[in-house]
Formats: sequence, C-alpha cells, structure tokens
Amino acid sequence: MRGRAAIGLGLGLAIAVLTGIGANAVAHSNDPIEVAITIHYSHFEPATVRVPAGRPVTFVITNTDPIDHEWIVGDAATHERHRTGTEPVHDARPTEITIPAGSQKRTTVTFAPSAGSEQYICHLPGHEAYGMVGTLIVAAGA
Amino acid sequence: MRQRRFGRLGLGLSTAVLALFLAVTPTLACGGLIGPNGAVNLLRTTTLAGYHDGVEHYVTAFQFAGGGGAFGSITPLPGVPTSVVKGGDWTLQRLIRETNPVAPLAFESASDATRAGAVELMTVKIDALDLTVLKGGSADIGAWATAHGFRLPPDAPEVLDFYAKRSQIFLAAAFDADAAKSRGQQLGDGTPVHITIPTDNPWVPLRILALGKTGGESVQADVYLLTDRAPALLPVPTGENGIRLDHSAAASDSLLADLHGDRGMEWVPSSGWLTKVAIDGTAAQLGFDLAIDASGAGRPSAIDAGFTMPGAVVPAAAVDLSRLLLALGFVGVGLIGLALMARARPSAGRPIGW
Repeated sequence: MRGRAAIGLGLGLAIAVLTGIGANAVAHSNDPIEVAITIHYSHFEPATVRVPAGRPVTFVITNTDPIDHEWIVGDAATHERHRTGTEPVHDARPTEITIPAGSQKRTTVTFAPSAGSEQYICHLPGHEAYGMVGTLIVAAGA
Repeated sequence: MRQRRFGRLGLGLSTAVLALFLAVTPTLACGGLIGPNGAVNLLRTTTLAGYHDGVEHYVTAFQFAGGGGAFGSITPLPGVPTSVVKGGDWTLQRLIRETNPVAPLAFESASDATRAGAVELMTVKIDALDLTVLKGGSADIGAWATAHGFRLPPDAPEVLDFYAKRSQIFLAAAFDADAAKSRGQQLGDGTPVHITIPTDNPWVPLRILALGKTGGESVQADVYLLTDRAPALLPVPTGENGIRLDHSAAASDSLLADLHGDRGMEWVPSSGWLTKVAIDGTAAQLGFDLAIDASGAGRPSAIDAGFTMPGAVVPAAAVDLSRLLLALGFVGVGLIGLALMARARPSAGRPIGW
C-alpha cells in the first residue's frame, strides 16, 4: 500500500515537472533570441548568421570602428534600392540600422519562413565592395 | 635622439595621405584623397624626406586639381614637428630634374581623419591649405576627422590602427578649393609644405598611399631621400614588391647647391646621398612602410616598416615541436633510468634513521 502511494507520488511529481517545463517552453518560445554581431575593420563578425523563422531575433550590433556603418538586411531588391539610395541615416525600420562610430545598437526582427537566405550589408560608399557583407539564413528549425 | 638619416620620409607620404580625406581636389604627396562625396582622387606625388643632424625635413606638395569646396588628407608622422611652413619654390621640381630629364607628373595625396579625443598640437594656414598636427589613437583621429567633415574610406579603421600603434602623430590637411580659385591658383598648381621633425626614427609611410583604394588599383608616387650616406632600406625595393629603386648615388654638387639655395633649405649639407624610390604597385602590395637606416649600421627597423608592431610577441608556432618531443623523450628516459637505479640499489646498507 505504502509502495503504491510512493509510486503514485513520484509519477505525479514527474508529470507536474514535465508539464511545468513544457509550459515554460511554450511561454518562452516567442521571447527574442539574441544574436551579437561585431563590426571591426569594416567587416561583420560573424559573416554568417542562422536564425529561426517566426521567432523574434534581437540583433546586438557593436561598431568598434572610428567610422559610421550600416546594417541593412533584406532581399536583393532591398539592397539594390540602397545602393543608390539617399537616406543619410537609418533608424525607422528594424531591418535598416545606422551604427555610429564606437557605438552599439539593438534591433529586433521576426523573419517569415519564406525569407530563406538574405544578406546584411553596409551601403555606405565603398563599404560593400570592401567586404561589409554577411549572410543571414532563416530556417524553420534553427 | 638617434642619428638616423631619414627619420621622416614617412612624413611626406603621410602628408599626402592626409589629403585623402578632404573633399576638394588638391593632391597631396604620398597620400590619398577623398572628396566630399567619398570619391577617391589620387594623383602621383613627389616627396622629399631629408634627414640630417637628427632632424627630418619632409617636403611635399598639395596640388590643386580643380573642383570646389573642401578637400583633405591625413598623413602619419614619425614625431611632433617643430615647424610646418611653406616649402621652397623649386626643391621638388629640382629633384625630379635630377633623376629624370623630362619632369614627370608627381603627386599623390592621402588624407586621414581624427576624432574628438585627438589633441591639436599645431594649426597652420599656408595659402589655401589648413594644416593641423594631431596627436591621438586611431579612434581619436577618426572622430576628429568625422567632426571636421572628412569622410573616411572603409579601410581607414585598419590603416589608422596600423599607424597609431607606432606613432600617434598625424597631419591633417584641408584644402579649400574655393580659396585656391580666389587666389588665382590654376589646375596643377602645387602648394609645397615643409615639415621639420626632430626624430631618431625615420620612416616613410607607404601604406597610407593605398588608403581608399581597392586591392587591384595602382599606387604611384616618387619618394626622394637625401641622407648623409647611402641608406639601408626595409623592405628592399625589388620592383616586384611595389617599390623600385630608381636612383642611388652621391648627390651632385649642383643639386645640393640648388636645394640649399631654396627657401627654408639651409639645412641641406654640402655632401650627401640621393636615393629615389618609385612607388609603382597595387594597393594590395603596399601593406608596409619604408624603414630607413642612414646611420651606416645597415639595420632598418622592422617596426618602422610595419612588419611587426611594438611589443609583439613571438608566436607560439615558432616552437619546434619535434625538438620539444625529443627533449621530453630524453627527460622521460632519464627518469626511468633513475627509477631503475633506485630499485636496484641495495637497501641493506642504508643506515637506519635516514
């Protein structure tokens, strides 16, 4: 009798713990995950980032250089538009950020599963040609 | 102060570099030029770096290449100058004629930038040029340049770091094209600048000439060295490394007399050695500066050339792994031998109580 009670109590505790974990996981699945990107000597580090689709991603971008930079993520059409754009500063859209010299910026973006692979580029004059290009991979299971 | 002959060839080149940052279109010797719209405008530059009695005399010119507005450049210097004045009228032209009967084009410039943390050690206005001697790290210089309207190219952070680790003295030059026009300056007119720098560590900045250029773009400049004796150079100009030795001989009496007679050139000695180094390579090749030892010791500094940085540690990869394993093997064999000897030793004879 005492043995059955102990087993029952154990099972109950296990179920409670597992349920709690599951609920906790559900509660945090929409919390942003954080991705750090450093700009040094006019290059992005890392140059490739993998993020999950459908979940907010907070990018923490640190510019260690003594000159301004941009972090603009998007498809080919977005980048083509910025190559000839005239906006001196970007701060209106979370996917288009200006990071002044020696500063840090945070921006949160949720990517749709259809995003696939995109690029993040600095479109200040000469910066893209110098190598300020990174790849962002949006994956369902990432 | 060490008596190296050519402490400040680098200054000349540096000055040219400074030119890179201003927006107007003058060209600085040995420097890069950057317009207000970020466009790089480089011309061939001629620079004289003379070293005598522990003082480097850097003579370069900023050439008016048309346009309007402002233009600038930043040049790294080997030390704090005691004076920045208008250069002589014919020194650079005379040097060209000495080594090339048909005067070639010369002039390239470079520019640089500085930041709010930079200390302005000296400001001088020469014709349409505003010259500022700055002291600061790469971040300071970058901030200063940005605050003063310079647009730095994307390679500037790395290049400024390259120089600031060895010398935190820079010369920023801002060229006012509108002022040049109002002064009646014509296209191609140059404003020579003579920078006097006491130094025991002569070098000529070459890497700064590639500032703002892509790896395949060509860099061309002429650097004249006037020293007491034939200098030893590092790297050795081979032609294949982007620098070429075009002239190396005792300076002629007529040249020395002509240079000595120019404004501010009284320092030119009665005898000396003239060297001409032609910069003719791609931007990717110029990852170094020109270190000069004119003392006769024949040991130009690898640090001055930028091949190593002050305080650099020998990389661990320099350890010979095979030798290390061999040494460990000997130690192991020795320990085993000692153990065997200890076991074989008769214990009966050992005094009790030891």
